[in-house]
Amino acid sequence: MPAYGAAIGMEVHGVVERQITIKVPYALHLVGDPDTGVLHGGVITAALDNASGWAVRVVKELEDEDPMASGMATLDIRIDYMKPATPNLDLFVMAECYKRTSTIAFVRAVAYHTDADDPVATSVATFMMGTPNQPRV
Amino acid sequence: MMKILNKLREEGRAEDMQALVEHIPYAQFMGIKVDRKGNEITMVLPFDEKLIGNPNLPAIHGGAIGSFLEITSLIQLLYSTQCERIPKTVDIGIDYLRSGKPVETYGRAVVTRQGRRVANVRAEIWQEAINKPVAASHGHFLLTPV
Repeated sequence: MPAYGAAIGMEVHGVVERQITIKVPYALHLVGDPDTGVLHGGVITAALDNASGWAVRVVKELEDEDPMASGMATLDIRIDYMKPATPNLDLFVMAECYKRTSTIAFVRAVAYHTDADDPVATSVATFMMGTPNQPRV
Repeated sequence: MMKILNKLREEGRAEDMQALVEHIPYAQFMGIKVDRKGNEITMVLPFDEKLIGNPNLPAIHGGAIGSFLEITSLIQLLYSTQCERIPKTVDIGIDYLRSGKPVETYGRAVVTRQGRRVANVRAEIWQEAINKPVAASHGHFLLTPV
């Protein structure tokens, strides 16, 4: 888990074939509105982005590639917010890389509390594959 | 957020976006600050180790960048529209243009259109040079309750 993922408290909840689910336990420092205790939209953005990246690594592993051998970079992510997150409930994000070419990976993800069919937010992201994973000198 | 918004208005400090940001726990966790010069608002995200997403490069996490763009958009919207309620994000599209280096990041947003119910906001963030943006976003925000 990258530092920012760890700071938010994200953890891998499970992997089933191409689908990865991550969990974001509810925490007070992630709140956007102290009056209501609702999670900040940015937390959901971060969770969707993180899970989407992991979904690409899951597919790389399924195809017997070293998931960390080369880097990848998020090109874009589009997020739709369906309803506010419910205070005190953990957030789950299920992500799936549904298409991968040699240069681009396409990933959809859904953020929810108990039922993926009743989403808090959904996203579609594209990643550029094979980017440098070491600093340029 | 409504409480602090109303309190700031009563005190005649409706333009004090720094005070507002200090009441958003997630913005505090990220360490976001507001630099206001006249009517121009620049959001500041000081670098912190916890913002790292890729330790090899190193680069700031895409999620931290997305959060910063969203908060930049919301604060600009609250400042320039003085809306009665906290706007709700309907959608946001983020383009990642360069990797975010482990240095201070700045953000500015423009309300491109404000309708009765929905506002369109564009935001850009940069580091060393304003003409080399790290990421840009375009979002829709709901101004009235559904």
